[in-house]
Amino acid sequence: MFFSISLYLALAIFAIGTIYKVSTWLTRKVGVFGQEFTPSQRLYAAIRGVVGVVFSRKVLLLFRSLILDVFLQMRIAREDRLRWIMHILIYSGFTFLLLMHAMENLITAKLFSNYYSTLNPFLFLRDFFGMMVVVGVGIAVYRRFILKIPRMLTNVMDRYTIAIVAIIMLSGFLLEGAQMSSHSEFMGMVDDYSFISDDEELRALESYWVAEYGTVSPNVEAPFSDDILKEGAEAHENYCAYCHAPNKFAFAGYTTAKAMGPFALALDRVNGAAILWYIHVIACFFGLAYLPFSKMFHMFSSSFCLLANAVMDPRTSHPANIATRQALALDACTRCGTCSLRCSVAIAYEANGNRMVLPAEKLSFLREYTAGKKIAPEAMAAIHEGFYLCTNCNRCTVVCPAGINLRELWLSVREPILAEDGPTFLTLSPFSFFRGLNRPLLPAQGYERPMDEAMEAMAAAFPMARDTEATIPVVPTDRTVAARAHETPWGATFVGCFACENCTTVCPVVQSYEDPQAAVGLLPHQIMRSLGLGLKDLALGAPMLWYCLTCYQCQEHCPQEVKVTDILYELKNMAFQEVAAGS
Amino acid sequence: MMKYAFFLGCNIPARVQQYERSARAVLARFQVELVDIRAFNCCGYPLRNSDRNTYLLFSAKALALAEREDLDILTLCQCCYGSLKMAAHILANNAELKNEVNAFLGKKNLHYQGKARVTHLLTLLHRDIGEAAIREKLKTPFANVKIAPHYGCHALRPSDIMQFDDPVSPAILDTLVSLTGAKSVDWSQKLECCGAPLMGVNDDLSMRLTAKKLANAKASGADYLSVACPWCHIQFDDVQKEMEEEGRTEADLPSILYIQLLGLAMGISGRRLGLPQNKKDICDINTFIAQ
Repeated sequence: MFFSISLYLALAIFAIGTIYKVSTWLTRKVGVFGQEFTPSQRLYAAIRGVVGVVFSRKVLLLFRSLILDVFLQMRIAREDRLRWIMHILIYSGFTFLLLMHAMENLITAKLFSNYYSTLNPFLFLRDFFGMMVVVGVGIAVYRRFILKIPRMLTNVMDRYTIAIVAIIMLSGFLLEGAQMSSHSEFMGMVDDYSFISDDEELRALESYWVAEYGTVSPNVEAPFSDDILKEGAEAHENYCAYCHAPNKFAFAGYTTAKAMGPFALALDRVNGAAILWYIHVIACFFGLAYLPFSKMFHMFSSSFCLLANAVMDPRTSHPANIATRQALALDACTRCGTCSLRCSVAIAYEANGNRMVLPAEKLSFLREYTAGKKIAPEAMAAIHEGFYLCTNCNRCTVVCPAGINLRELWLSVREPILAEDGPTFLTLSPFSFFRGLNRPLLPAQGYERPMDEAMEAMAAAFPMARDTEATIPVVPTDRTVAARAHETPWGATFVGCFACENCTTVCPVVQSYEDPQAAVGLLPHQIMRSLGLGLKDLALGAPMLWYCLTCYQCQEHCPQEVKVTDILYELKNMAFQEVAAGS
Repeated sequence: MMKYAFFLGCNIPARVQQYERSARAVLARFQVELVDIRAFNCCGYPLRNSDRNTYLLFSAKALALAEREDLDILTLCQCCYGSLKMAAHILANNAELKNEVNAFLGKKNLHYQGKARVTHLLTLLHRDIGEAAIREKLKTPFANVKIAPHYGCHALRPSDIMQFDDPVSPAILDTLVSLTGAKSVDWSQKLECCGAPLMGVNDDLSMRLTAKKLANAKASGADYLSVACPWCHIQFDDVQKEMEEEGRTEADLPSILYIQLLGLAMGISGRRLGLPQNKKDICDINTFIAQ
């Protein structure tokens, strides 16, 4: 009664949860691609897409990906052998347990007419599969908490996932051990399966089970005489052997039973086996019910993601399906950290501690963000930096074991992130290159806004350059440039500037404007002279800094060996630092 | 036998894969062994604008990784080349920063001393492999094709640190182009920036600079531009294509990676060199091969 009610309850929650999750793949809007489609349009496009693939030659690709990526998980094998072993152990062990043991009435008993869970090979296999999972979980714990894979960060969900699998497995082995050692279990079986009425014979059988099957009895105790054991073996052959293989085959349970020996009688008195049965069953049902809301859901989402990846092409796929796949991708991420490990710019995280630089952390954030969670304003700067500090080198996409197309995702999600309260100062750096290249794919409206906003914020932070009417103090006001001059070989070379204007003359940016001063604020030689006069804030407010190509023509042509470009770099650094400190 | 740590950077694996393919195909014929170091990361170039010290960590890590293997670095990218060399220059002149960098690298069991040298592909071809050896491998040289060589800023300048070529009248790429049988044309905008560093920051300015260069090279009679940097190549290929659609240029001057040009002259097939991967079609260049 308890069993069926809780099973149906768990299944119902699982079903509702799964439907909810799948519905979010159709309703959530991730990034800019396919925003215009309604959920029903997305559902229709998805069905059309799937049917189209199944009835085309692409079905072979799907099949190939199912075998290689989903079942054999070759993408993990390529990345990390130990992790592949871990994953295969847990996933195949668990699957076999589910099919053979948990669903024994539905599957195993139907396939094998003589099925008894206490007969071999089932008795052995149950423990064998369980042991696979336990070893796998052991490797998982070892990797996460002892080996400390670089940049693999652990959150509550990672801990929960390891814990629920561990509880299910350990309670299973303990339950098996408690049953094996339990005297009342033994008596129950004697009542059910034997015709023993003779106390002598029962005593012999009991002795045999104590000696061979791990049973702990209040009545008999080892050592036993050979005669008793021989008689017990005979009774065993008559009543038990046809449906109960030796417990030793269930090696894990048997070892547990032996270890429990000293407490077995006490445990049996409080009906320990029943308690453990409840723990085991409740843990399993809890895991099942909570599965759609946990990391474990990746068994479905990652598989779908891999399969979708195998047959979809961003150039030809329906944009509605791209939108759906991006929503699905957020669920497919298992936070395995492979992307973060291989990320080209992860050093930035190691240097400044901004987790948002790491792709896996960005995905975690996106899951909450697309679900509608509001971002705290103080967290915004780190998020802006994290999403922009990316060279789009594609490594994350290449290595993702779940086949998530991160390249496409980053391009798409960056737009709504940029539209949040900024500014994103990094838009004024070559990190913008990829966005610029993809301008034709992005919505035209709002494209220029992030750069305008950053330029405006910079100008506002250093107003002296813009305010041409303001009185400039005669006494040098600022020594910060001189203070950091020793850090670089060129730090103080600006003092050599005598305003010959060679730098300005050769500057291709200056040449590009009819009224350069209006466009770039200060010309290169004026910036060098400003520094000579101690007018750092005047120099930092010049748009010239952000329109500098860093082509080094100015520096190459300076007769005074002023390291003009290198100094402009330093000034940009200072501007970044000051606006960051000021905000 | 020459052996290098092969530093690809970020753009090539993602957007200019044909550069890697063609470089591997050509260098294999010169018995240059390329060692792939998987832990290589971004050189730090885009970060130099905002955070010099973190940029130094990026470059120093790459240099330290090569140093650990006792190898010099070979780069295909002007900006990686410039960033790595500049970082080495800064660290050589600031012991305090060098100590900070090493404290950081120490956590990864790396140490930066500054032993690994940085070589650009063009230098490898011109200086280390040499004209004579290249000439020996030529099988199908070009005739009657005019090429405008584009050097790329960060290899040439600042010349005191890059030590790549004469910054005012560089000759390496012209010589290498001429070796293939193609005619290298002179053009006044040769040493200017391609515009890529401002792509995404100020698209209009970036594309105007590109348009100016394209028009000038075309007016000088060039049939193709030849480049040796992925940024420049993207600018002259992907961006030029987009500019055509927006009516910003009529030059119609495709860009070919120098190493592809050389590969073709050595008789390597266009497909193996990744010619079809160009956005603007360059497969027709085969028609200039002398029969």
